[in-house]
Amino acid sequence: MAQAISARGKLAARLARHSTGIIASVLFVAPIVWTALSAFKPAAEARLPPLPPWPTTGFSLENYATLNSFGDGLWVSAQNSIYVSVMTVVLSVIVSVLAGYGFSRFRFPFKDLFFVLILSTIMIPFQSILTPIFLVLTKLGLHNTLTGLVGVYVTLQLPFSIFMMRNAFDAVPREIEEAARMDGAGNATMLVKVMLPLVWPGVVTIALFAFLGAWNEFLAALVLMTDQSKFTLPVMMTALQSGRFGAIDWGAVQAGVTVMMVPCLILFLALQRFYIRGLMAGAVK
Amino acid sequence: MTSIPTTAVPPRARKLVGAGRRQWIGLLYVLPAVALVTVFFVIPLGMTAWMSLHNWPLMGDHSYIGLDNYWAILRDTRFWNALKFTGYYTVVVTIAIFAVAFPLAIFIERPRPFTNLYRTFFFMPAVVGFASASLLWSWLLNVDSGLFSPAAYDLGLIDRRFNLLATFQPAFWSIIAMVVWKVAGFTMIILMTGLQSIPQDLQEAALIDGAGPFARFRAITLPLMRRTLALALILSVAGSILAFDQFYIILRGGPRNQTLTAVYWIFNQSFVSFKLGYGAALSMVLLVILVALSLIQLWLLRKPEGLD
Repeated sequence: MAQAISARGKLAARLARHSTGIIASVLFVAPIVWTALSAFKPAAEARLPPLPPWPTTGFSLENYATLNSFGDGLWVSAQNSIYVSVMTVVLSVIVSVLAGYGFSRFRFPFKDLFFVLILSTIMIPFQSILTPIFLVLTKLGLHNTLTGLVGVYVTLQLPFSIFMMRNAFDAVPREIEEAARMDGAGNATMLVKVMLPLVWPGVVTIALFAFLGAWNEFLAALVLMTDQSKFTLPVMMTALQSGRFGAIDWGAVQAGVTVMMVPCLILFLALQRFYIRGLMAGAVK
Repeated sequence: MTSIPTTAVPPRARKLVGAGRRQWIGLLYVLPAVALVTVFFVIPLGMTAWMSLHNWPLMGDHSYIGLDNYWAILRDTRFWNALKFTGYYTVVVTIAIFAVAFPLAIFIERPRPFTNLYRTFFFMPAVVGFASASLLWSWLLNVDSGLFSPAAYDLGLIDRRFNLLATFQPAFWSIIAMVVWKVAGFTMIILMTGLQSIPQDLQEAALIDGAGPFARFRAITLPLMRRTLALALILSVAGSILAFDQFYIILRGGPRNQTLTAVYWIFNQSFVSFKLGYGAALSMVLLVILVALSLIQLWLLRKPEGLD
């Protein structure tokens, strides 16, 4: 008898738990799904309120096609975004792996000063030094170039990713290194052949953060890229949404937002444990 | 040194020389990082301070004007209004984020069926950029083509379509809703790590002592989570003080410039009015505020004394 009651209580608790979970999940995911579905409506339907969210007058890619006709087109901005994000990933991984290894395994003059200097950049927001960055890029001849933007993005990633990589290298036992050195491995061989496979999860984590950071960044791209052919997706989509190309085409906005969101979501879903790991590493420290 | 045959060097000393050289190589490894930080961080930071003492138009010569920019800031009511609004927004949004994220963190803290799935769903908006989220919500909030107003009208909740972005209160709370939607999952994960670090036996001991859920939360959960709470709080506060994307994209600082944030005002002065020197002086003020907050952060995050 008592057992039956407690079993029923348990069932009720589980039911309450899962209905809460499902309702909350729907609230968080709905706006994303709503946009992605609406983007497939024909232009005339996309102008109307999205009720229901899915296309009712036929599936269409019209919105994506229109998007490509604004300014220099979706494809140019997408290419710019891809270029900037991939370069940011590659460079920030190279620079952070080298620096993380250096800080973890060597003793040299100014080591502590440099480490504190790099980490302290996290305290000062780049938003407050954007004007001089603009002037520095002009001096370097990198004004209005994607390369300049990559330089800024890589620097923004450094405090987090060097901290991550130094900790990753610190966790590798010295014996492994000494054994490799006995076998005659030089510094470079050691890093690439011996150490890198051992810190690989850390590399994936910083690469993921670098990609998301660069892909999603808005203010620096808005300020530093003045030429339409250099716009990244967020800047180009904002120009479109502000009516810079005539009346606002909400169908095109839905399509553009979908293009901006999908790579982030795919990468997150595929590499979730690396993302959470990175967050936890930052939080625990 | 080179003239001495290597065999003459005692083995110990040779090892030290070799080790010394190897250590110096470390400098080479960190050099690219230091160079980047110098070019894109240290120099711009120094320049900000320098520029703030100048009248510095985009084109043409700049001239030294001492502290004039700073005196001008004192009289710049729109900047103080922007700062006041930023502070107000920061307080409201931080409370709202915690009010949603804390229950979610408790909800997903312990591994139970489907917990990972829920966690993934709650977290999804957090990996979408602020610009994407703002563009998405600017559509949902649109009075003619959006979702909220037309849906409320169709459901008979309002008797005519209501423009959420036309007046301050609904516009402000719409932004709060959007930011909570986007950020709550992130804060949730941070709070979850804190919850998971509380030893289970402490909770059980309190339970045996007859402590109710509220008492346990106050006496065990909150104190043991102090550092995590502080971290989540700081991330939320620092992020909110620098808010720009959502106010620029969804509201353009409106209605009637009531939602201009501090960064937005600096952006306007520097890159719309091209008063670079004045923008730099404004940046210095913001910077001082943020460094002060960082120092408070270090104090809040200090290792607990007596504990662990």
